[in-house]
Amino acid sequence: MGRYVIRRTLFAIPTLVVISLIIYGILDLAPGDPAGQLPLTIPAEVRENIRESLGLNDPFMVKWLKWMRLMFINEPLNAIDSIFGTCIGDCEARDRIISWSSRAPAIDIIMQRLPQTLWVLGLAFIIGIFIAIPIGVFSAYKQYSLFDNVGSVVTMIGFSLPTFFTGLLAIYFFSVYLGWFPSLYDTTLVVNSWDTAVQQIKQMIMPVSVLSLFNAAVLSRFTRASVLDNLNEDYVRTARSKGLGERTVVMTHVMRNSLIPVVTLIALQVPGIFAGAIITEQIFRINGIGALLITAIGQSDVPMVQTLTFIFAVLIVLFNLLADVTYGVLDPRIRYD
Amino acid sequence: MKRWKWLGLFAVFALVLAACSPADTGGTTTTGEGPGTTAPPGTTAPPGGTAGEGGEMLLLQWQAPSQANAYLSTGTKDLLASSLVLEPLAEVAPDGTLVPALAEAIPSKADGTIAEDDTSITWTLKEGLLWSDGSPVTADDAVFTWEYCSNELTGCAQDMSFVESVVAVDDLTIQVTWLADKPQAYPFTMFTTFQQPIIQRAQFADCVGAAAQGCTDQNFSPVGTGPYTVTELRPEDTVVYGFNPNYRGAAEGRPFFGTVTIKGGGDAEASARSVLEIDEADYGWNLQVAPEILGPMEAAGNGVVKVGFTANVEHLNLNQTDNRNDAAPSDYADGTNPNPFFYLNGDLARALSMAINREEMTAVAYGPAGAPTCTLWPVPGDIATSLDWCLTHDPDGANALLDQLGYVDTDDDGIRETPDGLPLEFEIVTSTNAVRQSEQELIARDWAAIGVGVSNRNEDASLFFDGTCASDACIWKFFTDIQMFTNGASLPDALGYFAGFKCSEIPTPANNWGGGNTTHYCNPEFDTTWDELSITALDDPARIALVQRVQELIVEDGAIISLVHRASVSAFGNDIQGVGDLNAWDSEYWNIEEWSRG
Repeated sequence: MGRYVIRRTLFAIPTLVVISLIIYGILDLAPGDPAGQLPLTIPAEVRENIRESLGLNDPFMVKWLKWMRLMFINEPLNAIDSIFGTCIGDCEARDRIISWSSRAPAIDIIMQRLPQTLWVLGLAFIIGIFIAIPIGVFSAYKQYSLFDNVGSVVTMIGFSLPTFFTGLLAIYFFSVYLGWFPSLYDTTLVVNSWDTAVQQIKQMIMPVSVLSLFNAAVLSRFTRASVLDNLNEDYVRTARSKGLGERTVVMTHVMRNSLIPVVTLIALQVPGIFAGAIITEQIFRINGIGALLITAIGQSDVPMVQTLTFIFAVLIVLFNLLADVTYGVLDPRIRYD
Repeated sequence: MKRWKWLGLFAVFALVLAACSPADTGGTTTTGEGPGTTAPPGTTAPPGGTAGEGGEMLLLQWQAPSQANAYLSTGTKDLLASSLVLEPLAEVAPDGTLVPALAEAIPSKADGTIAEDDTSITWTLKEGLLWSDGSPVTADDAVFTWEYCSNELTGCAQDMSFVESVVAVDDLTIQVTWLADKPQAYPFTMFTTFQQPIIQRAQFADCVGAAAQGCTDQNFSPVGTGPYTVTELRPEDTVVYGFNPNYRGAAEGRPFFGTVTIKGGGDAEASARSVLEIDEADYGWNLQVAPEILGPMEAAGNGVVKVGFTANVEHLNLNQTDNRNDAAPSDYADGTNPNPFFYLNGDLARALSMAINREEMTAVAYGPAGAPTCTLWPVPGDIATSLDWCLTHDPDGANALLDQLGYVDTDDDGIRETPDGLPLEFEIVTSTNAVRQSEQELIARDWAAIGVGVSNRNEDASLFFDGTCASDACIWKFFTDIQMFTNGASLPDALGYFAGFKCSEIPTPANNWGGGNTTHYCNPEFDTTWDELSITALDDPARIALVQRVQELIVEDGAIISLVHRASVSAFGNDIQGVGDLNAWDSEYWNIEEWSRG
């Protein structure tokens, strides 16, 4: 297993280099003007100066190699410096990847937005898991019962209704009509007292509910299918004939085996948290990573889009590896070499 | 089971660790969802009261600011964020007149502060002005502002190329001299409005040229003379301001609010809902929302919608060059590639214009935030009323005119043809936007009634308005028969606005599609009229006639058809007092020091 992990990690590096070249190339070739949102009265020479100052007109290879150096050397060094408080090399004047629209280092902006994305989406993800797995297991156990049928309908509705619909519905009902919860997400809120904690919960309830409903729907169907597969296995019959109680049979034996593919699915979905539920973030003005990507694309802020997409690529590669390793760890029948 | 517990614990731990990132700096005040809930009871804005005691105000700008330096702005959103902190020498009031801000008075020829030959202008700063860090404001800061922006490597978003020099005659006197061959009859294009504020030399000294990109602290938190300073700026998200105790109005209790937050994200409709229905914010900017949605929201009674008209006109450009020429599409080529339909064809344009029902279009698309118009410069006092024939919806007259011109339907397919046999079928292209698409539908219907066929197309706004013209969809290439979009002016001066219609400004493949003349229009008579206007003094009574003439020429020559005069639309909570008229010329926050909660 160890050799497998090392082999996969080493493979990941050229994979990421190729991914970065593709991302960089496509975005570089895409049309788009960072000066495009300025008033039309601004003359063409001024626009050209702005583009020059951002480095838009340098040759492709020069730009790519520069970006590679910044992404693979300077940014990790900067991260190490800020986490451990060290100063490696020329830490004051180190070049960073600069966003074109805000002229600030792209990674800093991403880090600034990460908390709200992780809080809202991470929480929605976890709550979704904790709702989905019991529902899935119980639906499979009592197949075709009332619970199963109602559960099927609810989950079908759950992943058919888009989040912008349920989100807007929630806003209309809870914010406009009842006035219970705010429709704005305040990212500067610092939780340091009971009041601010209540405030944070109030502003998180709607987006988290909307998203966890959506996540739970998908996961519960998958869990149900997996549990159904396992309930018909021979070892379940053996366990029952050995005299084990139903609870032990299901919770100890069946669930463990059923959750193996589910855990894999969960691990593969984790990068999705970071990409952010773009639409939900827009509706509730959470201004997380997803909203950042959309805004950057609209403003033709190429460095920001490149950095974000590359980070997603790294996360996907990483969590793919993690999913495979988890699968191997959980299922003793699987051996990699 | 143990493995699950550890996995679960680890996942939660990782989440919590990541969530508590060091970027969460403490010390910022919380902005509650109810405006006024944290304000001390019984506070009103007394002149003579204490500045900054009025609590918090929440402003919603659905396009969130990216940074607060006006000179590096990527759009109006950044200019607005900057305008609470940085101030120019003079501002433009909602009615279009200049009002002194940092300057003592508006210069004029009468007192000699504008040179007789229009070569220079001299401003005097108010006495005793302080930056927010306590140091005095001097004329040298204005000189530095010019040095900062005129350095090409800075990437400054303002055009200062026509300035020869900016000199500090003494500590409070600034003299701006124009280039010898470019005397400015309208000399208020420097250091006025929220686009050209004065910045501090001490703060930005190391940020000139290429270094401008790395000055994040300065760009996010500029030192200014305005009523507020930036406490925290999160790009594309939130800006939090605290009041500036060194503000010149502090002695009179201005500004009222102690903290202002600009919150971005979402769209215009969500902003309108927050202000007008949920009452969780005090102000919503740029509410480009259909009137049938905005109307009921305003009726909820929590806020009021204000409109401000300047010179933003939604109009049609009729291509003066031949876009169907495969060899050289839309290339002006010194006039050897004229458009077979529209080139200087004022009569056809007149018929097309008469057939459009502007009343209906305005009511459907803009409601009270629009007014039908026939000119590209509907500014009161300057407007060419001779063009008002277009306000009458006259499809019969249009039909008669087209018959008279010889555009008849020879083959009975419902579409007229030119005398040469070309069918009057045009493609109208605009940006992707529900309102614009509904306007296109109305035009198609109106023109079908006079035998003109229309096919409508839309392009994504980021491509349509892409100044690099990397795709063929940009408005400067104009690879289509007709385009529709909105022009706007940054100053109430017709001269600069109409400069974009001169022959020298035509974008061609030779000059890389640079130039502001998107219609590809060229008429030597227009150029001479414009040149004459450029040397006519501001107080010369002949000036208005010339401004009207340039407006008339582009319509009579059939280069443009104006549709709707569009206003800026913003919403204010009912309890916000002291705003006055909405300022569409300058920053909508131009008098934020006067705002209070009543």
